[in-house]
Amino acid sequence: MNARVLPYVLILPVTAFLCLFFLYPFVLVAKQAFSTGDGFTLDNFRQVVGYWKFPISLQNTLLLAAAVVPVQLALALLMATMVNKMQRGRDLVLYVWTIPLGISDLAAGIIWLAIFEQSGFLNSMLSGLGVVDRPVNFLSYQHPGVVFLAIALAEIWRATAIMLVILVAGIGLIPKEYYEAAEVFGASPWKRFTRITLPLLRPSLQTALVLRVILAFEVFAVVLALGGTLFPVLMSETYAYQFDLLDSGAAAAMALIILAISIGFTLIILRALRVPKGATI
Amino acid sequence: MSIQSKLVGAASGLVLALATNVAQAEVLFWSTQAKPVEEAQAMREQVLSGFEGGVDYQPNDGGPWLTRLQAELQAGSGTIGVLGALHGDFSAMNPDDLVDLDDLGIASASDTFNELAKLGTDSLQYIPWMQASYIMAANKEALQYLPEGADINALTYDQLIAWAANVHEATGEPKFGFPAGPKGLKHRFFQGYLYPSYTNGVVRTFASDDAVTAWEKFRELWTHTNPASTNFSFMQEQLLSGDAWIVFDHTSRLAQAFNERPDDFVAFPAPAGPTGRGFMPVLAGVAIPRTAPDMAASKALVAYMMKPETQIATLRATNFFPVVAVDLPDDLPPAVKAAGDAVAKMSGSADANPGLLPAGLGDKGGDFNRVYTDAFERIVLAGQDIRTVLDDQKGALEAIMQETGAPCWAPDAPSDGPCPVE
Repeated sequence: MNARVLPYVLILPVTAFLCLFFLYPFVLVAKQAFSTGDGFTLDNFRQVVGYWKFPISLQNTLLLAAAVVPVQLALALLMATMVNKMQRGRDLVLYVWTIPLGISDLAAGIIWLAIFEQSGFLNSMLSGLGVVDRPVNFLSYQHPGVVFLAIALAEIWRATAIMLVILVAGIGLIPKEYYEAAEVFGASPWKRFTRITLPLLRPSLQTALVLRVILAFEVFAVVLALGGTLFPVLMSETYAYQFDLLDSGAAAAMALIILAISIGFTLIILRALRVPKGATI
Repeated sequence: MSIQSKLVGAASGLVLALATNVAQAEVLFWSTQAKPVEEAQAMREQVLSGFEGGVDYQPNDGGPWLTRLQAELQAGSGTIGVLGALHGDFSAMNPDDLVDLDDLGIASASDTFNELAKLGTDSLQYIPWMQASYIMAANKEALQYLPEGADINALTYDQLIAWAANVHEATGEPKFGFPAGPKGLKHRFFQGYLYPSYTNGVVRTFASDDAVTAWEKFRELWTHTNPASTNFSFMQEQLLSGDAWIVFDHTSRLAQAFNERPDDFVAFPAPAGPTGRGFMPVLAGVAIPRTAPDMAASKALVAYMMKPETQIATLRATNFFPVVAVDLPDDLPPAVKAAGDAVAKMSGSADANPGLLPAGLGDKGGDFNRVYTDAFERIVLAGQDIRTVLDDQKGALEAIMQETGAPCWAPDAPSDGPCPVE
């Protein structure tokens, strides 16, 4: 086949798939968000933004992302470097660390609920050690900080692996020669990490961060399992509009707001971590 | 792939294909009720197995239930034969999407239910199928702390608060349990119990001074409520675990506790306030979507569901009571007996103030519920000023009533036109 045409033929199936199952539904959702039955309107957006819980859920979502993503980034970097240094058992460790990836987020939320709830593991342990007299209810409206912490922990446990996998692949691509040269000139391990690993890891970091940040704005099942209605986030409000209030227009508007925030942050990350033109590993 | 695994694959494929073929001949009963696995299994084995032609009983959550139904309605053709859902689910639908069922010649024994089932039209859009209510239940351990002179079958809200306070003081833990979780039915407590008992209304009196008193009382009760209540949705779990000793919930959400340890718990009527003992029914119905593939089979199944034997079997399977006149047998499960007694005492009490299910709200039922749950979250959980919150939420309630034009329902005084928020 003509070498000029071949690439287009190869991406055709994926393009068709995306158009059919992403672009087309997206257009439908956008149409729903901007109409209430009689022509173009911003009523849906006015309604969802004007609701008293909207600022709280927006703030909660952003706070959670701000708390979770940096910790995950640091952990994933640390774990990826460790894995890369390992001589033996590398695969085994990688498998174990990526187990949470295979667990659905609702199941992950329920696992952490079993730890934190009133008759959960943490309480049994604390009372076994004699720290508390009777089970403490951690996940109550009286302790919003603990609820936040539990959700953040569950999210970190659950979704660090996705960054780890991308970063491990990225680190593997960095040629050994750079490290050898740096060692010859007496660069410390930390220097080698900041001067070689981090800059050359940029493309992977970009991908990992974009993926993770988008997922952070879509956080839902873990929050629902651990926080119930105590910790409203954007996705849980969207769910409530669609399924409790049967208001598809408002739900579509919420979905577009989440999309806009995701796109905004994606652009920021892409810009901040851009690889200069012509630079290659 | 080895030959063996290929064979296994082919065989399972064949079985699947056969199973789907069989399923197509059965009537698909698409339901939001009897969802827990045991209840669904009991529906299949004890209730629906007697129907000729077979039934494929598929219960689901409200969201997926509606999504598939609407997809079929929009496509103009479908596989769902019969719908089973709550009154609120049906009232959120367009009555044109449901087949008129007058020609079946069956209805419930209650005129009120039959009127509700018309969904504002002139003919039955669904057939009332089964009913339940909300009651109180307590661990027998708690009975010793009942305040002096209090009759458990005729409690007032003040006595309930005193009782919960006594238990709190004696055990050192707040032991009142309230289903305030994400799937909990807390809104029904405010709409059908607290408001009618204190204000003799639900909509008209939403922001009245009596309503402020009601919320103050509830706040007081909340100080003796297990703070984990915001995660509780089925109070039978907390009754069984001992996290709560005195609880309020839907009869079928308490059933497991009574069935597992019948001697440990008592069921009793909801408390009374200054304007009577407010309470509210739960009504489920069966309907046929206009896209049903085999109309005759669907209608036969609806008729089958209304037979007295089926109604009693349904009671055993789901803890929902019959809506037609039946003679109840003596060997009913403990939960049914306990709940039946409590409901009978509640509706037979001298100060009974029965409310009706919200009607005429159409697809705004969810928004209507949100007005009450928001008031709860702001007043009780966030500790905001009651008067300010009620005045603020009042606007949302007024908008819903104006938009839907729903007239008042009991215990609110009747209205011409949309029910006003006074």
